[in-house]
Amino acid sequence: MGGWAIAVHGGAGVDPNLPPQRQEEAKQLLARCLNLGISSLHSNASAIDVVELVVRELETDPLFNSGRGSALTENGTVEMEASIMDGPKRRCGAVSGLTTVKNPISLARLVMDKSPHSYLAFSGAEDFARLQGVEVVENEYFITPENVGMLKLAKEANTILFDYRIPTNGYDTCGAGVESPVKMNGLPISVYAPETVGCVVVDKEGRCAAATSTGGLMNKMTGRIGDSPLIGAGTYACELCGVSCTGEGEAIIRGTLAREVAAVMEYKGLGLQEAVDFVIKNRLDEGFAGLIAVSNKGEVAYGFNCNGMFRGCATEDGFMEVGIWE
Amino acid sequence: MGWAIAVHGGAGDISRSLPHDRRQPREEALRHCLQIGVEALESNLPPLDVVELVVRELENIPHFNAGRGSVLTSEGTVEMEASIMDGNTMRCGAVSGLTTVVNAVSLARLVMEKTPHIYLAFDGAEQFAREQGVEIVDSSHFITPENVERLKLAKEANRVQIDYNAQPIQNDTKKEKPCANGDSQIGTVGCVAVDSHGNLASATSTGGLVNKMSGRIGDTPVIGAGTYANELCAVSATGKGESIIRGTVARDVAALMEFKGLSLKEAADCVVHERTPKGTVGLIAVSAAGEVVMSFNTTGMFRGFATEDGYSEVAIWSDAQVE
Repeated sequence: MGGWAIAVHGGAGVDPNLPPQRQEEAKQLLARCLNLGISSLHSNASAIDVVELVVRELETDPLFNSGRGSALTENGTVEMEASIMDGPKRRCGAVSGLTTVKNPISLARLVMDKSPHSYLAFSGAEDFARLQGVEVVENEYFITPENVGMLKLAKEANTILFDYRIPTNGYDTCGAGVESPVKMNGLPISVYAPETVGCVVVDKEGRCAAATSTGGLMNKMTGRIGDSPLIGAGTYACELCGVSCTGEGEAIIRGTLAREVAAVMEYKGLGLQEAVDFVIKNRLDEGFAGLIAVSNKGEVAYGFNCNGMFRGCATEDGFMEVGIWE
Repeated sequence: MGWAIAVHGGAGDISRSLPHDRRQPREEALRHCLQIGVEALESNLPPLDVVELVVRELENIPHFNAGRGSVLTSEGTVEMEASIMDGNTMRCGAVSGLTTVVNAVSLARLVMEKTPHIYLAFDGAEQFAREQGVEIVDSSHFITPENVERLKLAKEANRVQIDYNAQPIQNDTKKEKPCANGDSQIGTVGCVAVDSHGNLASATSTGGLVNKMSGRIGDTPVIGAGTYANELCAVSATGKGESIIRGTVARDVAALMEFKGLSLKEAADCVVHERTPKGTVGLIAVSAAGEVVMSFNTTGMFRGFATEDGYSEVAIWSDAQVE
């Protein structure tokens, strides 16, 4: 009991035919981010600083669906969103519709710390970014060739009503040949790109924090907001715990998933793992999602009801694990 | 057990010396909207349709901070937002950053029913509105002289505030932002309804916070904060958006009922009086059993309710005890 704990995720819902090389890259990135967080915790950084630091790293790396490497809207552009929450006083900050801000999570933090509001979006958020002098770049910076290819596949998948054949277009996914390909949010898993990123931390003082960042749903309508910037849905932190969710945004919103973990701990007295298991089992209906969580007692837990979640966790007593599948 | 409906027109620092001409039209409007809801329930319209209908009416009335009559951003424009939720299916819809759509709550419903998404905002939402052919007007339609005045006063108050208090508001969770005057119209509008079969729905709509930064989103479109409905209850909250978001107010009422077995009233009172800072929150809620509660920790809340047994009431101040 006690001590720090940290967990990171790079999305729930993983293509069962993900090439081994990609799996390896993902695990290395998760491990690197964990280590970044761990050394920060060793130098007594507070939970809120650590979650921001780690998510910045995940946003900067193009592997997952946040910052650079974000999924594309139906127009082929990037619209990013993020939220961050500081457990002790439940202060929070969120942003949506960012197109030029290099690190959305840091802008969310500035909304929390430097504005009278909790949530800023679209051009108002972009204006605020410039006022705050954060690093901004062209929208093209965030767009990767891989995601351009994915968008094309997603559009084709959307127009194919009864035909399960998905063109592979050079991306090695046997999901195309399978009779009932794994689907999330109506898209075959190989093109769904759910890889929202997140980090939850409890520091040595028992303070919890959570942060989540994403480019959102591949081929989304412009202006579509998912669960990641919504406090209580994708992100939540209070005195008891910090939670970050990933998966089908609409299911997470309707299930107020992140808040739910805290609510069953608080109102039903469940422990962290019990709470996570309860929420994953009972709050998702037909939706697919996963989450990571830490408690003020230094525990870490995760859960998911889909076929995989990119994640990593570590605790002060030396435990460390990075995984993708069950 | 029968149907029940509640409406609100905003919670805030509503001075008891509110002039008659500021009071009476709003009380009248609440009565009118309540009546519309009652008639709809009596003709067996599903609660989801009822809450949309009533909130549309509230949006069209310029006395409340939603649709026409919305408060203004720091730039003197309107940015409207709304959400709606169906208790049975827990499907929901939300919109933000609307500038030309006459009825935000109806667009939220269309997002719920006509897209694979839950929440659309700003240009994307406006574009969707045009695709759906909903009624749109020039944004000047929503702007009233009272709100132009309110913005002016708010800007003046902010100048004073900056002199004496450099701390960002959020760092002090106990204190609320002082209002420009008693008629600050912090609130939003909302409606919750349950029919005699226990079907529940909730809808909330607002222009947001006066003098807000453009792009600021409040609690109203955030499912679980300003609006929530499941099989137990339907809740619509109003007040200081940032407090409602952090307190996941609407969801918490339902969570307390579900996880701690509290009654509707106990749950609402707990959230309002124990879990959120004084002066920041009000809410209306109905339960599947046909109960109604209207709870607030502000000076007042424009509200009204009616139940099938014939009881109805419109009020502004003092906690109404509802059985």
